[in-house]
Amino acid sequence: MAIEAHDVTKRFGDFLALDDVCVRVGDGALTALLGPSGSGKSTLLRIIAGLETPDSGRVLIGEQDVTDTPARTRGVGFVFQHYAPFKHMTVYDNVAFGLTVRRRPKAEVRERVHELLSLVRLDGLAERYPAQLSGGQRQRMALARALAPRPEVLLLDEPFGALDAQVRGELREWLRRLHEEIHVTTIFVTHDQEEAMEVAEQIVVMNGGCIEQAGSPRELYESPRNEFVMSFVGPVNQLGDELLRPHDIQILPSEDAAPGTIEALVRRVVHLGFEVRVELTLPDGRDIWAQVTRERTQELELEEGQILTVRLPAPRTFAA
Amino acid sequence: MSANAQAHPDAQAHPGARRATGGRRLILRCVALGYLALLLLLPVTMIFYRTFEHGLGAVWSAATAPNAVHAFWLSIELVAIAVPLNTIFGIGIALLLERGRFRGKALLGLLIDLPFAISPIVVGLALVLVYGRTGWFGDWLATHGIEVIFSVPGMVLATAFVSLPFVARETIPVLRELGTDAEQAAATLGANSWQTFRRITLPAIRWGVVYGVVLTTARALGEFGAVSVVSGRIEGKTLSLPLYVQDRFENFDTTGAYTAAVVLALLALATLLAMNLLTRRTRKAGAA
Repeated sequence: MAIEAHDVTKRFGDFLALDDVCVRVGDGALTALLGPSGSGKSTLLRIIAGLETPDSGRVLIGEQDVTDTPARTRGVGFVFQHYAPFKHMTVYDNVAFGLTVRRRPKAEVRERVHELLSLVRLDGLAERYPAQLSGGQRQRMALARALAPRPEVLLLDEPFGALDAQVRGELREWLRRLHEEIHVTTIFVTHDQEEAMEVAEQIVVMNGGCIEQAGSPRELYESPRNEFVMSFVGPVNQLGDELLRPHDIQILPSEDAAPGTIEALVRRVVHLGFEVRVELTLPDGRDIWAQVTRERTQELELEEGQILTVRLPAPRTFAA
Repeated sequence: MSANAQAHPDAQAHPGARRATGGRRLILRCVALGYLALLLLLPVTMIFYRTFEHGLGAVWSAATAPNAVHAFWLSIELVAIAVPLNTIFGIGIALLLERGRFRGKALLGLLIDLPFAISPIVVGLALVLVYGRTGWFGDWLATHGIEVIFSVPGMVLATAFVSLPFVARETIPVLRELGTDAEQAAATLGANSWQTFRRITLPAIRWGVVYGVVLTTARALGEFGAVSVVSGRIEGKTLSLPLYVQDRFENFDTTGAYTAAVVLALLALATLLAMNLLTRRTRKAGAA
């Protein structure tokens, strides 16, 4: 089911959470709503789910206007940031909830719950209580619970926010594969650009209640529409009005000075595994940093206090 | 009252007390226990002692006197009507105040506490003013042959009024603590409001509600002032247990008064015990 929001505006008191937002998510797509906190991404997600009512604007799910449809009949699966487990119920009862409230026959419920528990790899934990699960398991239980009634749309609010780095990485990978398997239109909210790039097919960048740009991860990275998008989807150096990507800065031995290159002093070399971060000071005193590979660092024998030559890429400027 | 600490989220042990050094802790303990003994233990023990002073026979005949038995069942009747009513309304008001969005919410919150603030005598008088012969509904009630004041319905009203806030006040903090995530999750899974309340909210707030019910019961059982005003104190007709105690006492029937007082105390104790057992059993059953 495709999802559309038309001219959606939402205020909380004096705070303008969403300012005339229009967005379209294609049928079966895996989309990230990316933005800093307070950008309105969670509010937009909650409005699509029917958990908030927009002050104005319409929401469409699969061509059908659902603006006035209550959450419970929208056919939307929602995974909450802190999973909102039903603490007094077992994992089985949690997952079965969406089916038992619809009074499905017991045998059908049992079959569906076990199918989902194996899909989210929680077989054997059906009789546990949420308090007895790890963060990652709780998150997968919440996902199974949301998927049980076969929603047409799956919405996830900061799905990996509360997990530690390693579990996070595994779950991202897993969510992506799950989406390939079940192909339900999915939107997830994140403030982590790396997560959005890694998982989503399409990214919607939000800031200050507005949509800055929507497109594929590559599109956003290579042709950001404005300064905000450029600096939010990847690292940047700012030189006045100009923005440069650190990995576009070429570092050359000092004897390679040529037209279009400038001298720079190596202030600090930071080894981050495969990638090395070189902090430089330009002749006019401005500081930038460049991202180079480990091999390149060895070739150039980079060390602090060294003077070398850099070639800056064509910078990007955006009209204010 | 260990049940208190279990059911009530606000009743956490004060961490400051733990930091006190040995000597200070001992003094603190003595003061606390002494206070408890002077105020609670000693008087209650005295009642029990004086009751059984003249032997079991006297107690038995006092307890089985027709008016005493009537007072006992009248008190049970008052509790049996007022407590369920206040439980339902208390939960409803708590939900309204914690989950609803409407004008005048702050005012409603204030109104709930009114029965705590107003002296029970005033409540009784107010009820007489509204439902009495010369009151607002007096004529209408009289023509329809309904007796409220100087009768059981008035006593139910008075009891319900004074014990109104407990369930709401005990449930509100639990609801706030609970948050709305689980309820919203239930909604997105297709549950209607009743299913959400029945299967998600109620199980989560049940200890707050149970504690509120116990307090309501205790208050309803023991209410004297408001009930006294509206009852007219007709022997064998509108005397609830606390009124009966006073009636016996004023008539120099000390054994009768003490016996009824002990029955009242035992009823209150049974309520606390029932809650304690209920809490313990369910805690063991559910790991959550």
